Amino acid sequence: MMNANPGKDWRGLETVRKDAILKMLRMYRDANAGHIGASLSCMEILLYLHFSRMTPDDKFILSKGHAAAALYCVLNQRGKLSDEALASFYRDGTSLAAHPPCDKSADGIIFGTGSLGHGLSLSAGLYLSRKFTGRHFNAYTVLSEGDCNEGSTWEAALFAAQHDMSGLFAIVDNNGLQGFGKSREVLNLEPLEKKWAAFNFDVEIASDGHDFRCLDAAFAALAARGGRRPKCLIAKTIKGHGLSFMENRLESHYLPLSGEQYKTAVKEIEESYAQRIR
Amino acid sequence: MRKEFAETVEKIALADKKTVFLTGDLGFMALENVRKAMGGRFINAGVCEQNMVSVAASLAMEGLKPLCYSIAPFAVFRPCEQIRNDVCLHNLDVKIIGNGGGYGYGIMGASHHALEDIALLSSFQHMKCFIPLCNEDVETVVSRAVNRIGPAYIRLGYGLKPSDMSIPAYSGARRLLRGSGITLLALGPVALNVFEAARDYKGAVDFFAVSEMPLEDAQPVIDSVKTTGRLLVVEEHVKRGGLGEYICELLVRQRLSPFFAHRYAKGYHKGYGSQKYHQLCDGLDAGSLKTLIGEMLSSLT
Repeated sequence: MMNANPGKDWRGLETVRKDAILKMLRMYRDANAGHIGASLSCMEILLYLHFSRMTPDDKFILSKGHAAAALYCVLNQRGKLSDEALASFYRDGTSLAAHPPCDKSADGIIFGTGSLGHGLSLSAGLYLSRKFTGRHFNAYTVLSEGDCNEGSTWEAALFAAQHDMSGLFAIVDNNGLQGFGKSREVLNLEPLEKKWAAFNFDVEIASDGHDFRCLDAAFAALAARGGRRPKCLIAKTIKGHGLSFMENRLESHYLPLSGEQYKTAVKEIEESYAQRIR
Repeated sequence: MRKEFAETVEKIALADKKTVFLTGDLGFMALENVRKAMGGRFINAGVCEQNMVSVAASLAMEGLKPLCYSIAPFAVFRPCEQIRNDVCLHNLDVKIIGNGGGYGYGIMGASHHALEDIALLSSFQHMKCFIPLCNEDVETVVSRAVNRIGPAYIRLGYGLKPSDMSIPAYSGARRLLRGSGITLLALGPVALNVFEAARDYKGAVDFFAVSEMPLEDAQPVIDSVKTTGRLLVVEEHVKRGGLGEYICELLVRQRLSPFFAHRYAKGYHKGYGSQKYHQLCDGLDAGSLKTLIGEMLSSLT
């Protein structure tokens, strides 16, 4: 188990990224499980938040709970979840199911999620508690486009703006695909930036949600806005990112890796690492 | 019971600064004093019950004591998944308060009634449902719910008891009349109708008012059924998942099979009307119940 804290050492974070993805792919292979595309879509966002953005007091909610494996591996890299725990993924009796647990067994997972549309409300509640407890922290939530289909997400957006939650960050993993089709064809969210802005959020777009520098610049721009509005970062991402046979494919939401695919995946991740640190 | 509820919340909130009150934009002519007393700890969350319940779950996760208020159907059915996932699965100290349970909102129509709330919520992990009998119960019930760590639901209703009716100290099942002919159970304020119906059969009716589901100590009820061999259950709630089915399961486990009659809420087969109208339609009014009790007793001879 690593306990790296590269801060803004992007090269160091690339190494953490490679290790996290390789562990995650092995977990998925061993479990013969799906949701790989969704996890690869937000892996860099989760790494950036946990290694370079959040303080120990900050709160994090994975609203798109189906990417739990990515979160588990990030927490493992952060030293909060053991290799033994990771090895129990999907096994009978585990706390690490396909979606984050409700049993407070994992440091860094405040709420179990899995049904979409809960995360932003949970974050808003955590942020609201500051008013009564005097504690100071920011609250970060990663949402999918499916989350943005849910009415409860927009209830939470109204609430966060009403209560001046300037330290609440909604990060939308905007990969253009959801459960059974392209987002535009299922339930068009566009213009997404204008929607969040119309709900009185400050909005920034990260044009490459898989690039740490790009994410950092977008967060810096959001932080520079000041004011009392909550924040939304729309991260342009690719479902199944990094694997040639998965990128932008709907089936990457569901299908597990075959033995051959796993070998190809490991090769491609290692090759991409070499390119990313160049 | 709203008046008593508001007075109790005011006291609790003043005594415990961790109390936070959230309402789904309801409380006109009822909660103004609570709002005034609680200041920033009173939050009108808007007509957003799903968000309200998840927010409350997070407040509880941070050690606060949130109370979520709306009318019963809006407090329970709309945020059902938030209550299940965010509150109950995490065993958080959130109290859901639904005003006007059963047919309480009468002519407002079916959307405003809550006939299935106990079935739904009592099936959730860690959840305890409180259904006060009368206005005098409210302070005790709310205090019990608040002092019990974990999720709870309080179903408020119309609870004006007859002035000459004396009630024993609160418990989940209170014996209001003692008798040996039939055992009678009633859930929440509809027990006041039952009391009116049963008071003339003194010595014949062993009558319990039930105010908690699941009922933790049902032994006095089971002992009564063993003696009488006849059971009537009355509830302003649907048949499935209510008090009647709950008691039947307990009795089967005891290998008891009494003569069983059940009066319950049947829904909308004769249009809409006041709470009294719906009670009359379903045989939950005092007159109908008196006739039924008389028939059950006469079958003894």
